[in-house]
Amino acid sequence: MDDADAVLDDTALDDAALDGNAIAGLLASVFGADMTMAVGTCGSCGAVSVVAELAVYLTELGAVVRCRSCESVLMVFVSVREVVCVDLMGLASLS
Amino acid sequence: MAGTAVRGRLSWQTATVAAVTRETASTVTLSLSVPDWPGHRAGQHVDIRLTAEDGYQAERAYSIASAPGEPLAITVERLDDGEVSPYLTEEARTGDQLEVRGPVGGYFVWQAESGGPLLLAAGGSGVVPLRAILRYRSRVGSSEPVRLLYSSRSWEDVIYSSELDFPADGVEVIYTLTRSQPRAWQGYARRVDAQMLTEVAWPAAEGPLAYVCGPTSFVESVATGLVGLGYPAGRVKTERFGATGQ
Repeated sequence: MDDADAVLDDTALDDAALDGNAIAGLLASVFGADMTMAVGTCGSCGAVSVVAELAVYLTELGAVVRCRSCESVLMVFVSVREVVCVDLMGLASLS
Repeated sequence: MAGTAVRGRLSWQTATVAAVTRETASTVTLSLSVPDWPGHRAGQHVDIRLTAEDGYQAERAYSIASAPGEPLAITVERLDDGEVSPYLTEEARTGDQLEVRGPVGGYFVWQAESGGPLLLAAGGSGVVPLRAILRYRSRVGSSEPVRLLYSSRSWEDVIYSSELDFPADGVEVIYTLTRSQPRAWQGYARRVDAQMLTEVAWPAAEGPLAYVCGPTSFVESVATGLVGLGYPAGRVKTERFGATGQ
């Protein structure tokens, strides 16, 4: 879990940050539809953003998605073979 | 919102390498034959998955380089510490098989009805999806005016240079070469900055639509600059591929 912990502990968005486009395939496989145009609301600061614009960090285990405004963790995806575990606890809404 | 576990729905398919074209010292275009490819839109990408003999798998997203209606092609830049790109750029041969998933992504997409004028800004291999947009624009006979601002380390690193040397009517290509320039180079020779955007970008009053793709620092800088020029944030589409390249 070292990789994931390091990403979760790192509070500064930096040049390693990708965006939601990078996990379009992962999201489509989980949700069954393109989610890059979906709108997420941060549960911490209330910032509203299309998923494509959210900050994304990829690790060997999956992906961590952060708010660009307050850097809170919004979504975590952990892939184990063909099964993806999804944590959307940081989002107030996703639609 | 509660956590859950879901089985995958978008499935992986087997693709066969149909052609390998070296673009620059570090980039290669792979044409891929995928049975039942559903077609794609300009600006979308595919996920590529490689499986090692020991079962270890690595996957990466790559922008589609070909226009809708053309066979699927990706252009890949070699990253020395990459898990996937060294194979794709150095080892892949015609007839090799790999797994693809896609097309994916609906955000960084341009369709003829999306309008313009278009400002395309590329940092390094960020030019790949923008090339798909340019080819698509030609295929559908769009007359939407386009300016492509392409930032590259050197002339030798410019991808698709033979194609971009002869742009379609209504398309202007403006280069900036950030590290080294050919002798007698008269173009830009620095990173994209606010002054350059002022000179190159369509005025905001013309209602332009911008697509910015490249390393994260490039995208942040250009997108911030365009918003500073009055572009509404919603008219600046961005795609970031991290700290590497450019």
